[in-house]
Amino acid sequence: MSSRDAILDSLRQNVPPPASRPGPITGIRYADPLKQFEETLIGAGGRLVRATAPQDLASELANIDVYANAAKIASLVPGIPSRNVDLSSIEDPHDLEGIDVAVIPGKFGVAENAAVWVPGETLTPHRAIFVIAQHLILIVPAQEIVDNLHQAYERIHWSPNSFGIFISGPSKTADIEQSLVIGAHGARSCTVILV
Amino acid sequence: MTGHPENAASFVANEERTHWHDQSLWFVRAKRDRQASGIPEWEALREAASAIKTHTLSRLADYLEEFERNAIANGIQVHWARDGVEHNAIVHQILASHGVTRLVKSKSMLTEECHLNPYLEAHGIEVTDTDLGERIVQLRKEPPSHIVMPAIHLKRQEIGDLFHIELGTDKGASDPKYLTEAARGNLRSKFLGAQAGLTGVNFAVAETGGIVVCTNEGNADMGASLPRLHIACMGIEKLIPRAADLSVFLRLLARSGTGQPITAYTSHFNGPLRGGEMHVVILDNGRSRILGQQAFRRSLSCIRCGACMNTCPVYRRSGGYSYGYTVPGPIGSILAPQRDPKKYASLPFASSLCGSCTDVCPVKIDLHHQLLAFRKVLVDLKAVPLQKRLSMAVMGFVLSHPLLYRTGGSLMRAIVPRLPRGLAYGRWNPWGIQRELPPMPKQSFRDLVQKEPS
Amino acid sequence: MPNVGLFIPCYVDQLYPQVGIATLRILRRLGLNVEFPREQTCCGQPMANSGSDAAARPLAERFLEIFGKYDDVVAPSGSCVSMVRNHYDHWLHGKPRFEHLRDHTFELCEYLTDVAKVVNVDGEFPFKVGLQMSCHGLRELRLGRSSELMVAPFNKVRQLLTQLRGIEIVELSRPDECCGFGGTFAVGEEAVSCLMGRDRIQDHARAGAQVIAGFDMSCLMHLDGLIRRTNQSQRVMHVAEILEKAKLS
Repeated sequence: MSSRDAILDSLRQNVPPPASRPGPITGIRYADPLKQFEETLIGAGGRLVRATAPQDLASELANIDVYANAAKIASLVPGIPSRNVDLSSIEDPHDLEGIDVAVIPGKFGVAENAAVWVPGETLTPHRAIFVIAQHLILIVPAQEIVDNLHQAYERIHWSPNSFGIFISGPSKTADIEQSLVIGAHGARSCTVILV
Repeated sequence: MTGHPENAASFVANEERTHWHDQSLWFVRAKRDRQASGIPEWEALREAASAIKTHTLSRLADYLEEFERNAIANGIQVHWARDGVEHNAIVHQILASHGVTRLVKSKSMLTEECHLNPYLEAHGIEVTDTDLGERIVQLRKEPPSHIVMPAIHLKRQEIGDLFHIELGTDKGASDPKYLTEAARGNLRSKFLGAQAGLTGVNFAVAETGGIVVCTNEGNADMGASLPRLHIACMGIEKLIPRAADLSVFLRLLARSGTGQPITAYTSHFNGPLRGGEMHVVILDNGRSRILGQQAFRRSLSCIRCGACMNTCPVYRRSGGYSYGYTVPGPIGSILAPQRDPKKYASLPFASSLCGSCTDVCPVKIDLHHQLLAFRKVLVDLKAVPLQKRLSMAVMGFVLSHPLLYRTGGSLMRAIVPRLPRGLAYGRWNPWGIQRELPPMPKQSFRDLVQKEPS
Repeated sequence: MPNVGLFIPCYVDQLYPQVGIATLRILRRLGLNVEFPREQTCCGQPMANSGSDAAARPLAERFLEIFGKYDDVVAPSGSCVSMVRNHYDHWLHGKPRFEHLRDHTFELCEYLTDVAKVVNVDGEFPFKVGLQMSCHGLRELRLGRSSELMVAPFNKVRQLLTQLRGIEIVELSRPDECCGFGGTFAVGEEAVSCLMGRDRIQDHARAGAQVIAGFDMSCLMHLDGLIRRTNQSQRVMHVAEILEKAKLS
């Protein structure tokens, strides 16, 4: 008998009594979701910038030090050019190493935990871009900040083999004596620009 | 093998260090409280998570088959392992068939349970643990002492000394930022040189046939997105039915375990990279047997958050190594004796049954009740020392016979106060090592009550 | 007028009889018909907690025989009452009067607040008091909100004590961490047990407590043993002893 069948058999022999699913949860709502998003993002080690209009995006980016000083910038945002990086010619994700800043569009944000949803189809040509770049800038529409994670999952549509990630602030660790260090393996900084 | 009491006594002997360890973990418990108090529907969330897990476990075979179907449709290759031996063989076979000699790994307690690292290393595969805490204990050739904060038992100076030897950091340097930067550089080259990435699984979703991995460091993403081969290892109990259910668990997981609203990265892997392969290895290793045990099946709801360890006054003062098992603390004290009752017989007794663990558990496992229930199992299996079983039987006998009880009580109260101190506090009296005996009154309550007006 | 059976835990009977006397007097002064059935010995908790079910079961059966006839049963102990309410079921389920016994066995403080409906506590206790919210009473009987749970705060013990003139209930840094007694744990895991106890005492001491007050003498016995060995000054008292002199209505 295959292991698969042995395991499923064992589970069916040991089956607990029936138990139904719970009802839906009403998640927290905030009087000012953007304020909650910002405070939580700062708590997670990130930074929030509120762009006043889409045209401002380029100048808002220029105001961000890591962006202004970057030698290599990969942009996945239409209208924002890359700098010294030609993503279309990079066949191997390993060759993304050395990129200083990745500018990536987020679909929406979640106020309760400052998470930004980045669907896999955004991360082309290589999904490693969001973790291998030294700094991350996420561009999120300001009207697309939901209150809680239940609302978030309602918005996500899954298709076969679709990657997706919630990013909340920069990479970090507290593994050494519970002392928080920003920038473990992934982004050393995470700036969210609300447009 | 020494049990918890002996190991704990050694740990506690260094009182200053024990207090430091206790404070470090209490700090995380306090962060959990702050986060939880900000969510008005917190207790409703715990109830929902508990109900979803109970529901899933009631139909686990069906949900596993659904998961497998959808995973395969995503292009994921699904493997099933009855036990740790089979699991390791499967993982090795996948790696060997691709000629892999350099593997990077993100945190997986399941692979610790199966002792995967030594197995792969014996077969010529270099395994690099990439979670910083895991990397630290790997370099020290030690197991993790906490399932979420593997190096919580180490001081920065010790890590600094380790990195000086292993990574070439400055002698005597112990600043966490400096040390983390050194690890970042060292591990970045490991990521870039790896031929495969292995991750754990926080949640497997039946509806989508995909898995979710939560990290703060981004090491799972780095490991799974650079090499083309991704292997994810999961226990059968990691399953949840629908993607929407993730919202319930993700709102609870990081708040409970580390006191954050969510981890920095919550990655939904639903298939391989273009031109790559993704494998999921599903492990039983005794879990299906636990499912059949009414008293203990709820332990399968565990989402490995670590909250029970952070709140346990005993764990905080004895450290993960005192338990001698992959998963320590309250949940470990139920899982370990499931695996080997005689070897881990001391663990269910390494608890004052205070119940704090039960009240923090995000999936409402009745941890302290299961610890108590396991004590009975151990007595029935005669895994508890004879002397202890005998003394309980004797005590039960005395207490069932009022005359014996009253006589015994009178004798105790008459004799103990008259004993010379050396005798009263001899080696036979473990109570008296650090405590005075209670003052023995001349008259018991039942003597005094006769004099009360009725 | 309900018939109240007074349940005095074995260690209170033998070692802290004044706690039993105080409990008796408090209940009688409320006008209750209180009887102390002399045949009682022990609820069986030490054996049950050691996994020795076979030794505990006859004690549970005796308990039902002795106490089954009362309208209410009251005890100055959280852990013993929890044994009856939460752990007797699998031996006594279905037996006559068990359900009544289970639903009418109370720890003293909860009896006073919930059943006797005491609202006025007229008395004095001009001391700084640290509350030792013992774990079984707290998390099994829910005598107060445990710090882990996100529900509205309440505390039946504090509710009774707070009206006493001159009392100051001090704020602990860990209001409900376990003292480390845990029954046979106190001896089986002696090192951790004593460190837990000493840490609790330090918390009370730093908060300025002169009296450590609780509803479970077993926990207080453990703390008292540590206090006296280290020559510290705190006094342990059962809530019954504190309320004994007050007028309750």
